[in-house]
Amino acid sequence: MTTPDYRLIDSTLRDGSHAISHQYYAEDVVRIVQGLDAAGVQVIEIAHGDGLGGSSFNYGFSAVPEKELIARACEVTTNAKIACLLLPGIGLADDLREVNELGVSVARIAVHCTEADVTEQHIKVAKSLGMEAIGFLMMAHMNSPEGLVEQALLMQSYGADTIYIADSAGAMITEEVRRRVNALVEALEVPVGVHAHNNLAMAVSNSIAAYQEGARNLDGTSAGLGAGAGNCPTEILAAVSSKYGIETGVDPLALMDLAEEVVRPLMPRQQVIDRAGLILGYAGVYGSFLLHAERAAERYNVSQAEILLELGRRQVVGGQEDMIIDVALELARKHAEAEGTQA
Amino acid sequence: MRCVILGSGNIGTDLMIKLLKGTDASGSGTTPLELVALVGIDPDSDGLARAKSLGIDGPHEGPQWILDNADDIDMMFDATSAYVHARHYKEYEEANIIAVDLTPAARGPRVIAAVNLTEHLDAPNTNMVTCGGQATTPMVYAVSRAIDRLPYAEMVSTVASKSAGPGTRQNIDEFTKTTSMALREIGGAETSKAIIILNPAEPPIMMRNTVFAALPEGSDHDAVLESIFAMEKDVQKYVPGYRLKNPPVIEEGPFNTPGGVVPHRAVVLLEVKGAGDYLPPYAGNLDIMTAAAQRVGEAIAYHRADQKAGA
Repeated sequence: MTTPDYRLIDSTLRDGSHAISHQYYAEDVVRIVQGLDAAGVQVIEIAHGDGLGGSSFNYGFSAVPEKELIARACEVTTNAKIACLLLPGIGLADDLREVNELGVSVARIAVHCTEADVTEQHIKVAKSLGMEAIGFLMMAHMNSPEGLVEQALLMQSYGADTIYIADSAGAMITEEVRRRVNALVEALEVPVGVHAHNNLAMAVSNSIAAYQEGARNLDGTSAGLGAGAGNCPTEILAAVSSKYGIETGVDPLALMDLAEEVVRPLMPRQQVIDRAGLILGYAGVYGSFLLHAERAAERYNVSQAEILLELGRRQVVGGQEDMIIDVALELARKHAEAEGTQA
Repeated sequence: MRCVILGSGNIGTDLMIKLLKGTDASGSGTTPLELVALVGIDPDSDGLARAKSLGIDGPHEGPQWILDNADDIDMMFDATSAYVHARHYKEYEEANIIAVDLTPAARGPRVIAAVNLTEHLDAPNTNMVTCGGQATTPMVYAVSRAIDRLPYAEMVSTVASKSAGPGTRQNIDEFTKTTSMALREIGGAETSKAIIILNPAEPPIMMRNTVFAALPEGSDHDAVLESIFAMEKDVQKYVPGYRLKNPPVIEEGPFNTPGGVVPHRAVVLLEVKGAGDYLPPYAGNLDIMTAAAQRVGEAIAYHRADQKAGA
């Protein structure tokens, strides 16, 4: 087999977890890992959607403890490496030690795109355990190419083996991705990766553009399962890459089968770009807020779109899901006051 | 009581300005704490310059200065780092200096000013947990005292990036672990989780804290809400900028918490506006820490004075 031109990391079992409110069961994990592994995917990420330790009131409780699921993934994989994600402030270095014992060999340490110095402790722990450490800068649309370079250099200095930028709000158009990737590839010694979301229907084209600018790691999820309007669909990325003559090392048809036969039946709804999904990308709001905002809108009888727009205005970052309740309560109060005035 | 502050960074300097006002933590009486010096290690630091301009001694010889002058010092507030505190805390104790520790070193019993202020007044060393712990543990306690048992509590603290110093950033696990422990040991929760988020928005956001509490079947929701409102008033006695950003709400689940499945949760949305003593008002995380430390220091001072009077 020829060497792949980029490394594909599948995050169905991590980012996809948002779209099913973290209700994965062991049998789902086994079938998805086996499908991805057989299709030739090199790295499979698994954790609560908000990373290790994410199971909480704020982000939603996992149906099954993530470490049980991770243990199953490690047992059934043959070639693919198993990766995890950790957000410092939510997960602990102790979590890394535990999953490393289970067989996880890649640690993605994720942080808002201006706060890289928070990752030093965890990148160093991952390296000391012999894991590959990937620095993961989220909400990358909120920082300039130069700003991202500064942050990425910090992560590189802590020992990160690869640096990702994540378009967590699916808010970037292709030019914005190109400029950022280009600046990072120029400045860094380590490889660069891109994690795309589809809120503006740009996920696949942005990923291809990132490759053209020198990114050598790309993320996808099966059937696009994921936060917001969904991720870059792994099977479409594989098919489009092949059309471009970019070698992926994976079998697009096997990935299509997995998406159609295993993942789609699990999905409470298909990943479409509806109004709320589009607003995330348009207003630059963290994709994981989507379902939480939907529930808060129902609970307090306010508009989901209004909640998302207000979160955008407040420059809320990933992890601040509690602010969704705050905004919903304030909107409900304003509506009540407005009705009171009219009466 | 003659006291010194060790550490001339943001926390130490803010505490100095509070103590120099002369009023006690409630703002209504006179503080029994007489500030002798702000002790640093960098002669050029902004904090020490500020001390001197305010007429306070500002030596830069660090912990050694305190030990050398132990006969004239009754109490020290440590606003350095967990590492520095852990290295010297025994020496302060041997020199008969009471230590109020604002670092996460946790060598002495933990105190949350609004909950267990009077529990450890004889301890040679008390620990102030974390800023998020000072802000949220009172609300966890408010819920737990109103119901039979609190199976799980969670706090989410969001602070402006500008007000999170290098200590917090390099040891973020210490923050979440220490805070989480306080929710159990002092707040009364059976299981717990703490989360911290940094937000870089400009202008900087006010410190926000959210408490989620699991309410088992049969909990008296009105009693829970009443207890939360009462606690807001108690904390405001020493942190005037502490407030419920929205009225607390009870949300319906079920919720599959680590403490078991519960039908409801209480959500308490808090904001802490700083007094603006040294850093701007957005740095409420600093303010709640220094205000709580002042209150604890004063409680110890009154207690020791009573003991002397009684003896």
